[in-house]
This record gives sequence, C-alpha cells and structure tokens, in this order.
Amino acid sequence: MQGHLSLLLVVIPLIAAPVAAILPRGRLSWALALVVAAICAILAGVQLWAVVHDGVISYELGGWAPPWGIEYRIDAVNAIVAMIVAGIAAITLPYALLSAEKEIPEHQLPLFYSAFLLCFAGLLGITQTGDIFNLFVFLEISSLSSYALISLGQKRQALTSAYQYLIMGTLGATFFLIGVGLIYSQTGTLNMMDLALRLPEVSGLKTVHTGFAFIMIGFALKLALFPLHLWLPNAYTYAPTVITVFLAATATKVALYVILRVLFTVFPHDFVSATPTGDLFLLSGMTGVISASIYAIYQVDVKRLLAYSSVAQIGYMALGIGFASSLGVTATIIHLFNHALMKGALFMAVGTIIYRIGSCHMDNIQGLGRQMPWTFGAIVIGGLSLIGVPGTAGFISKWYLVLAALEQQAWIVVAVILIGSLLAVVYIGKVIEVLYFRPAKETHLAVKEAPMLLLAPTWVLVIANIYFGLNTELTVGIAQRAAQVLGVTSG
Amino acid sequence: MDFIIGHYNYWIAIFLMMIGFYTVISRGNLVKKIIGLNIFQVSVFLLYISMSTVKGGAAPIITAGVKLYSNPLPHVLILTAIVVGVATTALGLALVVRIKEAYGTIEEDEIHQQDHSL
Repeated sequence: MQGHLSLLLVVIPLIAAPVAAILPRGRLSWALALVVAAICAILAGVQLWAVVHDGVISYELGGWAPPWGIEYRIDAVNAIVAMIVAGIAAITLPYALLSAEKEIPEHQLPLFYSAFLLCFAGLLGITQTGDIFNLFVFLEISSLSSYALISLGQKRQALTSAYQYLIMGTLGATFFLIGVGLIYSQTGTLNMMDLALRLPEVSGLKTVHTGFAFIMIGFALKLALFPLHLWLPNAYTYAPTVITVFLAATATKVALYVILRVLFTVFPHDFVSATPTGDLFLLSGMTGVISASIYAIYQVDVKRLLAYSSVAQIGYMALGIGFASSLGVTATIIHLFNHALMKGALFMAVGTIIYRIGSCHMDNIQGLGRQMPWTFGAIVIGGLSLIGVPGTAGFISKWYLVLAALEQQAWIVVAVILIGSLLAVVYIGKVIEVLYFRPAKETHLAVKEAPMLLLAPTWVLVIANIYFGLNTELTVGIAQRAAQVLGVTSG
Repeated sequence: MDFIIGHYNYWIAIFLMMIGFYTVISRGNLVKKIIGLNIFQVSVFLLYISMSTVKGGAAPIITAGVKLYSNPLPHVLILTAIVVGVATTALGLALVVRIKEAYGTIEEDEIHQQDHSL
C-alpha cells in the first residue's frame, strides 16, 4: 500500500492536468487543482511519516523488477523534498484564485491550471523516481510547463524571459541527457541504486568523469547556481505572481535534490572527492552569495530584488554541498526547506501589493506598508527570516551552515555567510524603508489591505517561518536523517 | 589513426553538438537559436543510438539462429527524448510567434533595445 502512495503522488496530478484543461470555467479548474494539491500534500505527509518510521519505500512500476523496470525509491531525502513541493502547492493554490484571476485572462485560466498541475506532477516525479532517465522525462515535463507558465505574465518581457529560460533550460536538460548516456554506456544501467553498485568498477574511466561533469553542469543550470543563474531574475520577475511563488519555493529545491542525489548516492564518495566538485561548489557558492546580494541591493523592482536574493540563497545551499560533510549536507537540506518557506512568504506578500496596485516598483509601493499592515508584517517577518534573525527559520539554517563551516575551519566561508546576511539586512531594509517610512503616492491613498484569501496563505507561511525557527526538532531531525541516508561521512 | 576512424560516430556527434551549441550562443535571430538547439539535441540522439550498436549484432528483433543483438534500450530512450525535443521546439516557436506579435521583431538586439533592459 505504501508503495502505491509513491506512484499516486505523480499519477493524480498527471491525470488531473488534461481534465483541468477541458473544464469550461477557470474556477472549476482551480477547484480541481486545489483538491489535487491537497490530496498530494496529505499523501506526501503520509509518505514522509512512513519513511521516517518504517524506512525506505520501494515501488516497482508495472511489477517489473529493478534494475530492468523503473523503480520509485523513497527515502528520507526525497520524502522531505516531495513534502515541500506538495505542501507549497497546496498553500499556493488558495492564493492563486484571486491573484491569477487578476493577472491572467479568464479564457486562459483552465489552461493555466492545467500547466500548473503538469509542472507539479513533473516536480513530484523528479523527487519520486529512482530511475535516472525517468528523472530526465519528469524534468522536461516540469520545465516545459514552467516555460509556458512564465510566458503568461502580463508584461511582454514575460515572453522573452520565458524564451531565455527555454533555451537555457533545454541546454541544461540536454547536458544531463549526454551525461546519462555516457554513464549508461559504461554501466549498462539507469537505476540509481544499481548505478551506485556498478560505478565504482568503472570510476577510473574518462567517460564516467565526462558524464559526471555533464550531469553536474546540466543541473547547476536548472538550479541557477551562480554564474549559471542568468535566466532566473527575469523569469521570476515577469512570471505571474503565483508562478513566481511556486517556482521559487519548489523548482530550484528539486534541482538541488537531484544534485545531492547524484553526488552522494549515485557516484562513489572517493570518486567525487577526487574531483574538484566540492571546491567548485564552495567557490560558486561564495561568489554567488556576495555578488547576487549586491545585485539585489541595486534593484528597483521588489520581485527582481527577491529573485536576486534567491540566487544568493542558492549560494548558501551550494556551500553546504561543497563541504561534503554530514553537517554541511544537513545545513543544505534545512536551508532547502526553510528557504521554500521564507521565499514563498515574501513573494506572496509582494504579490498582494501587486494585486492591489498592479506593480511592485519601488516608486509605486512607497508608503503602502502603513495602509496594508498585514502585508507589511509578512514582509518584515519573511525578511527577518531571510536575514537569519534568531527566532525565525532562517536563523536555524544559517546556524547549521556556520557550524559546518567552523567544523572545517573554513573561516572565509564563515565570513562570507555573515557578510551575506549583512547585505540581506541592506536590501530587506531598503524594501521596509520604502514601504513604511516614505509618504504614499497621492493616487494610492485609497489602497486598502489585501483580501483575506490572499493574506491567509501568506500568513500560513509566515507563521511556519516562526514555528520552524523555534521548533527545530522536525526539520533538523529529518535533515540529519537525510544526510545519513546520503551516506555522507563527517569530516 | 585507427582511434580517429574507429570512433567516427563520436566525431560526428561532437561536430554536430558544437555546431548546434555555437548557433544557440552566437545567433541573434530567435528562430535560428531554436534551429541550433534542435541540432544540438539531435547530436545527442545520434550519440545514444550509435552507442547502442554491438559489433556484428543484428537488429534487436528475435530471429531464429541469431545469437548477438544490438541493444534496443537506447532507441527506446531516444524515442522519448525525440518527443521531448519536438515539444520543446513547438513551445519555443510558439513563444517566438508571440514575441513577434509583441515586439514586431525576432532579432534579439532589437528586442533588448525596445526594453532597455538586461
């Protein structure tokens, strides 16, 4: 029964997607998507619980035994990522009703929700599958639907940024495909666990090294790891708000999961540590944290500012991978979870301002913090979490990351983390200053607080930020367990 | 010399890959970029399919008296990848049509000029 759970998580949204497309009205499709997301969130929760208590779930598709058939293999690592994806979708969809109706023409809404469900199914599929080619297929399902979703943004730049993302994303996916092919040519298998068994025998071959490099670069592109992040700021800025929330909180997390999986499960440890992978992750993480944070400070569009901040946050996660220690990977997984919460909350809060005035340019939003106190509160708390103030989720991830850096005596990395946090104070401070301390524009004096339906999901995430900042048992416990599953040895 | 001739399928794949990649990077015309992307993807398909050949192996259809077959699995994988490639091309071209409607051009530098961004 538990095995079926893992398949249902992918199949339900996949089947619901075409149904959503043929429903006659936007609200019907929305209701269907909401029900599907809620069911998936519950299933993902049950799955996480089952994995934590009973251990690994393995499901053979069509009864074909692995490594010949496709296997869905769920352990603590993908269970938590699937939970994030499904949970964020279930929180985003109530928000989507009003926000999407405002930003997307009514006749496109059924197709919009259909593409959303496809993207959702693809992301869940990536987390569930234990077959590396199956992973490529799900990657393309989620990517293609997200290009379409981004292009639905109101401004015409949405089209060019979707196009840019399509080119970069396809290059990344094709790189991944080359890598898989090269590795398949040496091992004759596509099952991840089987690959882990067979790769040590052939790990000296140049072909395997080349394949490894292609896979890493391909997914670094999808992850938007600095300096391969160029598609991200545009895509997040011009996409419909709901999609920005959803992609910022899930798509990059899933790409990061794949990198963790490939680095620690599929390839043998001595192979990875013999390559400069760890140093490269540290280097791009550090430059990413600093330069993306500085870029963020100079942005005048709040959505774009947060997008650059996302690139910086991805840098933090890369640092944890770079250490390749148990503490480092724990920190990465904690930050993966917490960043989904804080960026989800922040993008939602900014989205409520867009809902009211149709823009989030610094010149337009000034003074609105006093007129929209709940939205403003969400931005303040989300921002504090982003900075890493004690009592918020962001503090926990930074704490573990600094611990991991201290364990390796990497003083430069500690300094970078602290400087990154200070830069976050500057750019979040800038948003708060504009929102609260400047006089409102005369045309915006009548702007009222956003409707309940938008505020409620935002505040669910805001409260989650505080809750997971105070009660770390769940996140840290699962992250440690995940690091254990990945077999990372300390030191 | 044997090394070069013996691996001719890889040389072809690499050659096509680089043509495609270079086209994607260097061309400003959005349709040409898509063409480049297609060549790039096709080179990977060729790489897979040529790898699956077993020397002296027959086509992977069960026939009496044949012992050695080529590996059919990469063909199946690439069938999937071809579908993905077609979908990507279709979506990319659809976006180009929309961009043409919105900007009146499909040249990258002219689009940037109109937006004053990036």
